[in-house]
Formats: sequence, structure tokens, C-alpha cells
Amino acid sequence: MAEIELRGIEKRYGEAPVLKDVSLKIKDGEFLTLVGPSGCGKSTLLRIIAGLEDQDAGEVSVGGRPVDGARPKDRDVAMVFQSYALYPHLTVFDNIALPLRTRQLSFAQRLPLIGPLLPGHTGIERSIRKEVEQAAAMLDVAHLLHRKPGQLSGGQRQRVALGRAMVRHPTVFLMDEPLSNLDARLRVQMRTEITSLHRRLGVTFVYVTHDQSEAMTMADRVAVMMGGELLQVGPPEELYREPQDLRVAEMIGSPKINIVARAHWADDRSVLSAALAPQAKHLAFRPEAAVLITPADGVTNGTVTDLENLGSDIFVHVALRDGSETVVIRTTPDERRFSLGSTVGLKVDAARLMQFDEAGRRCGNIERVAAA
Amino acid sequence: MSAHRPRYRLAGRIARHVLLVVSATFALLPFVWMISLSLKPPDEIFQPDFHLWPKTFHGVENYRVALTAAPMLRFLLNGVFVCAIIFVLQLMVCVPCAYALAKLRFRGRDTLFSAVLVGLLVPPQALAIPHFVLLHVFGLLDTYAALILPWIISAFGIFLLRQFFRSIPDEIIHAARLDGLGEFEIIWRIMIPMSTPALAAFGIFSVVAHWNDLFWPLIAVRSEDISTPALGILLFRDDEAGQFLGPLMAGATIIVAPLLLAFLLAQRRFIDGLATTAMK
Repeated sequence: MAEIELRGIEKRYGEAPVLKDVSLKIKDGEFLTLVGPSGCGKSTLLRIIAGLEDQDAGEVSVGGRPVDGARPKDRDVAMVFQSYALYPHLTVFDNIALPLRTRQLSFAQRLPLIGPLLPGHTGIERSIRKEVEQAAAMLDVAHLLHRKPGQLSGGQRQRVALGRAMVRHPTVFLMDEPLSNLDARLRVQMRTEITSLHRRLGVTFVYVTHDQSEAMTMADRVAVMMGGELLQVGPPEELYREPQDLRVAEMIGSPKINIVARAHWADDRSVLSAALAPQAKHLAFRPEAAVLITPADGVTNGTVTDLENLGSDIFVHVALRDGSETVVIRTTPDERRFSLGSTVGLKVDAARLMQFDEAGRRCGNIERVAAA
Repeated sequence: MSAHRPRYRLAGRIARHVLLVVSATFALLPFVWMISLSLKPPDEIFQPDFHLWPKTFHGVENYRVALTAAPMLRFLLNGVFVCAIIFVLQLMVCVPCAYALAKLRFRGRDTLFSAVLVGLLVPPQALAIPHFVLLHVFGLLDTYAALILPWIISAFGIFLLRQFFRSIPDEIIHAARLDGLGEFEIIWRIMIPMSTPALAAFGIFSVVAHWNDLFWPLIAVRSEDISTPALGILLFRDDEAGQFLGPLMAGATIIVAPLLLAFLLAQRRFIDGLATTAMK
């Protein structure tokens, strides 16, 4: 059992606050991603869970047990780093075996020269060998055990780092942007490998990334952080469909959500056909929540300024009327095609239109959509 | 235009080489002279005409005297012993200090590091008298301890290793802590194996400095049994120095030889270590 509970975590470096009153409950066996732009404090939060840094205020508990002040190795957590952090002077085998050796061999047994002569050493080493080989086989690096990290490719190093983390069967896995040093194709492949590893191990994963698509595709729940605060925590689906904050709406989803000023559309009842909350200042809708029509049918006219053809989808960039705002609309190749420079009309699905107030908080139709 | 440039470049290259050859000659001349003198009989040494190679080869005789007149082997062994112990103790002090200054966060760290930098500025000669008095108080003068103890805290070593340790990523140390290594084990299992170039560079500096040191042994030690090579060679320099110049030079050659050999063997490491520390 290893749920993680964070209560009121605060952290500052000098004068600058890095984490402001972060509280979060992570369920046992859950895959949670922390997503946010760089410098938002997500890695700091992860290092606080690991015990590599101390929080200035607040409590951390792992498995119901407070771990504040406990050393990293006593927290039963393992971590995978962005740079992999493999020991360059040790072979892959020794890299993976190190956490087992420090836990299973006594201090005397770990001493150079004398250690191997002490009773019990051989037996423990044999069981360590077996466990390392098992982990290596599971991650498909068994043939690399005698190599040094410098002789491995990025993907192989990543697997070795995973092996080193999982070999001692921790109850919590912490990952700090583990895929960001890999090339795009390998990254997508490793995503599925990590999620299937999570299913097989059944332990808690906390995964930090700045890449919203990683967060969306891998996680059970996503926590969006910005400026040291947790903005919203929920399943990827919910963050996508019901963002409670304009910044969350912007962060999640690719291409980005379309945001237009309310003033722009105030009179276009026919486009919106929805009652707007009085305090709504920004209107937002996903690229698939609107359709393009011929100008005669629609009221808001725009000009097609760009076409992105991805094969399965075509993203049409439309500059609205005076050209000060551009929206992106998803169309399929089977739909009617619009050519560059042509004038189009726009119809937004009222049920999927989101309203945000001046401060960026969701307002207006939340309840209705949430109930539907 | 373009026809001039290769010639210009060639001229530049020649000039560079001439400069290097001249300065190398100046640096090497004393060595060559030393070896040349160590092979000559006494009467040839002071002859006005100069020959690099002696007319009558007296080398065997000179080296025999150098090795037998004074306990040269003893001096050499003392030198090896003293230098080795100094280096080992220096590492035992410098490595943990450098690690703490480079990788641990604690109050006053930067002030302490400034203190190390100040320590770099103090010439060792300035400390000779305090050291001498201290050793006298503890009754340690004229012992191996007198040769070793003043040197075991090396500000230079702390500085050099601290700079190198800083170039090792924090993530590796974080990983080691999560893997269950204690701080001293991190030093022993992670930092030291990853820092061999810097350790080798520091080792060469330390050994060369203390092997060649004459100033401090001259103050701290009188007995022949514990003399280091540089001090031992002074024994040849008595009133009849003229007579013994050949054996003296032979002795000097014997003392310098191990260092030259070690440097030639470790040359690449040495330069690598210096280059990496200089870059960071």
C-alpha cells in the first residue's frame, strides 16, 4: 500500500516561492502525471516526495506513514531521472545491482577486498545476480549487462535506469521527465513501455513532464501545475473537456484551445446561440467544437490563412473578421475543403463553448455541462 | 594576394618553432648539463673548453660514489614513503572537504570556500616558523611526522577537487542517495572513480612538490635516516664540493629520474586532468 499524501507543501529558494501550499492525494497504484511549464515547481515537488529536498512547510506521507525528515532510502521510493543518472564507471549489471547491494549486504560485506570473503556474501550475490538478470530480461537489456553506460544508446540507458529503479521493488516510482532526452519516435514507444510496466508492477507512479501529450496519454490522473500552484487535478478526459482555469485549458490539448475575447462576439448571437454569463470575459472552444460553413449560412466570417494537413485531419487556421484573432478548426479530409484565402463562416457548438472570467476562472455553463 | 598567404603562414610556423626550440633549450639545458657533468671526471669538469660527452668516461665511478658515499637508496625510499603518506592523507582530507563544498548545502559554505581560497594565497614559507614551533611543542621535530603533518591539509587540493566535483551532475548523487548509499559511500564509490583525471593531476602536483622540497626538510629534519632525497643530496656539498661535483650531479640525476619517468608515463592523464579542471 503506497498512497502518497501531500499537505500544504511550501518551498522557497531564497525569496522566490517555488511551491505555494500544494496539497495532493495520490492513490495506491495510480499513475499520476504532474504537468506544467518549466520552472513551475513540479520537479521540486517530486524531489520533496523523494526526500532529496526538504519542504519549508507542510507534510508528506507515503503509505500512510509521515516521512518528513526521513532519508531518501528509507522512503521506499525509486526515481528515474531526465539524464538517467547512471554511474558511468560501473557496468550495466553493477548499476542495476547497486541498490540491491546497499540494501542486502551489510556494511562489512560491502567493503572492497574483505567483503567478498565474509560469510553469506556469495549467497546474497547469487540472489542479486538472479534479480538483476530478471529485471534486465524484462526490459530487454539482458545482452548489455557487461557494457558501460557510455556504450549504450539513449533508449537503452533509459531502460537501464528503469531497471535500476524497479529491481528493488519499490512501492512508489518517481519519474522526472524520463523521456525528454529521447528522439520523438523512441519517446512514443517508451511511453507505452512505461505504461505497460506500470500495469505489470501495479505500484504508484508519479511522472513529471512538460509535455501535455505525455501527460494525457499515460496517466490515470493529471495534475496541472503553474507558478508553484496546483491548478487542477483530474483524469485527462476531464481536464480536456472541463478545464476549470484558462491556463489549464491552454496547457492541455494540441492544437491549443481557441480563445477569443467576448467583446468580439458579443453581438453574434447566431454563432454562439448560447446565453453568456455576465462575468464571462474570454470564450474558448476546442478545434473540433466548431464547424466551418459557407459564409451565407454563418454570420461570423473569417479568412482561411493556413492549412495543416495531417492526413487524418486538416487543421484550418481562420483569421476572424479584422484579422486580430485567429482560431484553428479541425476538419476531416472527407468534409468540404476550403482553399487558402477563401472566406468562411463559423458555427460553434454552444454546449462545448467554455466561458472564463477576467481572472481566468471558469464561469457560466459549468454546471450544465458537468451534469450532462 | 593568395600566393602570399601560404608563405606568410610558413614564416609564422617557423617563427613559432624557433621560439619553442629556444625556450625548450633554456629549460632543458640545466638537465643536459647535469647529466653531462655526472659522466665526467673531476679534472674535466672545470676545463675551459666545453664538451657534451666526456673525453674520459667517468660515469660509472661517479654513480658508484653517489650510491655508496651516502645512503642514496635510503633517501629514495624515504622520499617515496613521505610523498606517498602525504598524498594519501591529503586525499583523506581534501576529498570529503571538496565534496562538502561542491555538493552539500549548509550554512556558511561559501564563506568556508572563500577561506580555502585565502589559504591558496598564503605561501608555505610563511607558515614554516609556526609549524616548526608547533612540532617542537609536540616533540615531533626530526621525525617522519615532522615531514608529513604540515602538508596534509592542502587548500590547492580542496580547490582543484571541488571544481571537478561541481562538474559531476547532481542527479547522479541524488540517484546514489535513493539507491541507499551514505555520503561517505557516495564519495568512495561514485565521486572518486569518476574523478580519476583530477586526482591524478593533484597527485602529480603533490608528489612533485614534496619530492623536490628542500626548504621544509632542511628546517624540520637533521638525521640522515629520515632525510628525503633533496636533503640527502646536500650531504655531498661539503667543503670539498669541487672534488665531488661529479658524484653530486650523479646523485641529482638519480633523484630526478623517478619523477621524469612517472611524468612520462602519466603525461596524458596529467594534461587531461588540467584541461578538464580548467574548463569547468
